[in-house]
Amino acid sequence: MKLLAPEKRILFRHIDTPNLTSIDVYEKTGGYQSLRKALGMAPDALIEEVKKSGLRGRGGAGFPTGMKWGFVPFQSGKPIYLLCNADESEPGCFKDRVILEKNPHQLIEGIIIAAHAVRSRKSYIYIRGEYAFAARVLEKAIAEAVTRGYLGRKILGSEHSLELVIHRGAGAYICGEETGLISSLEGKKGYPKLKPPFPAVSGFLNCPTVVNNVETLANIPWIVANGGAAYAGYGTEKSRGTRLFCVSGWVKRPGTYEEEMGVPLKTLIDHYAGGMRDGARLKAVIPGGSSTPPLTADEADRVLMDYDDIARYGTFLGAGGIIVIPDHFPLGKILERITEFYWDESCGQCTPCREGTGWLFKIARALEHGQGKARDLGDLTRTARTMMGSTICALSDAAAMPVLGFLQKFPEDFERLANGAEGRHQRDRPTHLARMESDA
Amino acid sequence: MKVEFSPERRARFDALVAKYERKQSALLPTLYLAQEQWGYLTPEAMDYVGELLEIPPAHVYDAASFYLLFRKKDMGQWFLQVCNNVTCTMLGSEALLAVIQEELGIGNDGSLSADGKFSCIAVQCLGSCDTAPVVQVNEEYVEKLTPDRLRALVRRLREGGTLDAFSREADL
Repeated sequence: MKLLAPEKRILFRHIDTPNLTSIDVYEKTGGYQSLRKALGMAPDALIEEVKKSGLRGRGGAGFPTGMKWGFVPFQSGKPIYLLCNADESEPGCFKDRVILEKNPHQLIEGIIIAAHAVRSRKSYIYIRGEYAFAARVLEKAIAEAVTRGYLGRKILGSEHSLELVIHRGAGAYICGEETGLISSLEGKKGYPKLKPPFPAVSGFLNCPTVVNNVETLANIPWIVANGGAAYAGYGTEKSRGTRLFCVSGWVKRPGTYEEEMGVPLKTLIDHYAGGMRDGARLKAVIPGGSSTPPLTADEADRVLMDYDDIARYGTFLGAGGIIVIPDHFPLGKILERITEFYWDESCGQCTPCREGTGWLFKIARALEHGQGKARDLGDLTRTARTMMGSTICALSDAAAMPVLGFLQKFPEDFERLANGAEGRHQRDRPTHLARMESDA
Repeated sequence: MKVEFSPERRARFDALVAKYERKQSALLPTLYLAQEQWGYLTPEAMDYVGELLEIPPAHVYDAASFYLLFRKKDMGQWFLQVCNNVTCTMLGSEALLAVIQEELGIGNDGSLSADGKFSCIAVQCLGSCDTAPVVQVNEEYVEKLTPDRLRALVRRLREGGTLDAFSREADL
């Protein structure tokens, strides 16, 4: 088994250093040296370096970061905004929180460098409202960076200036969608907008805007220090670099682990997360957050965590949220929770999503509570298919994909529920509650 | 009585508005300030926020109703937000809701407990699945809860105690 050695890590190399949130400690680990180097580089050279690295967005969509930066019309005469998306809200994902709480300066340094590359003088970190603790950590870190001259006017005597502001969201998953985030930052409901125009051309206040995820930006200092080619040396041919994988569910050591892309999922579950709790058997794995279709136990044994291999199993890396499901926990319950989430979080603009998420939830809830009917699985499938590709943003697809995935990969579980009667509620509940209590 | 920010909050409002290109962008942070001062967002408080930011009251109501974290009624001194998404449910959040029902006589519908101190809702993923199950109490996460620990916490708070003894560092 080939593992990423701790000293080869990119994002988590120093994560266990005590008091890393303090700027003194961060500087001792080499912090803000990349910024000095970047300020001596032309913005276009920085963009080239990031293109060379092969870095793709870590928020879920996986769009090449350097290309995104390159889309900005630099000569438009309008101000350019760099927005950091820290609205991490996809069920199963908690990687950005680790960076925000434990190594805020790594993110801040990445933001300052990225702002230099895209010629932005004003940047916001949009952080989900629930991350109040992380917002306090960031607030303090930004104040420290201002004091040291890393933020503000003429950074370290260069021509680059940047003001960085934290903006707290207030409990809406849709604000993690980049145009929804922009609406929210403009002081409105978080309604996504039709694309094009893409934010790179017309985003925040109708100005060119780059929106990048926390993990994406936290990679930038390392790429500047070591070069894009070195970053591209990690991972596989089409999936460069490392990723933060959040493993949760029925495992012994849930947590966030950094590994090269292409790592076997089995290694993440068995080696890093310590394997299944209580000798339970693996039933299914949600590989990238609740919107990604599940893997069967057999698939989970074989799949490699890179963009290409996981696509062979009809699913995605998403935002790295791996939820491990044991065979004693009912899949009907999982689907009920997932469909409720998207129903709750649909912004309601588009009919297929507003109505569709409600129907998916109603049917999943009925199935789970012993009120399944023969037509339910067909209704779920038809509803989900209608929701794909028919709305302004991808939330509708995100709701539909796991439904189709669960029905396709675990037909027996759901056919049993559709045959009604035997609500698993009575049958399985004592088992998993008993397990939980024996654990407590 | 006229609804307006205390001098200290007024100063904070002025400082935060200055960070934005347009006043309207300060809507969310200003609503947070109003919630901090009055506990929840009354129509008068929302009108006042609209005046400060020079936007119509309807626009403020519209946004305030869109975002979950803005409270539109009294949620008591301790607002318990129990995550009921996939991992927390798998690791026992239903048993936590049962404890809250037993100890406080409230469900997850946001109604106030008899002593007026507590309310509870079930919420979506809090981004803390590695420390599931999680309950957010006001703004703080209380992690790796068991029914017994939650019971002890609720009793402590009911008797006038604070969250400190359950801070995240003490837990991990």
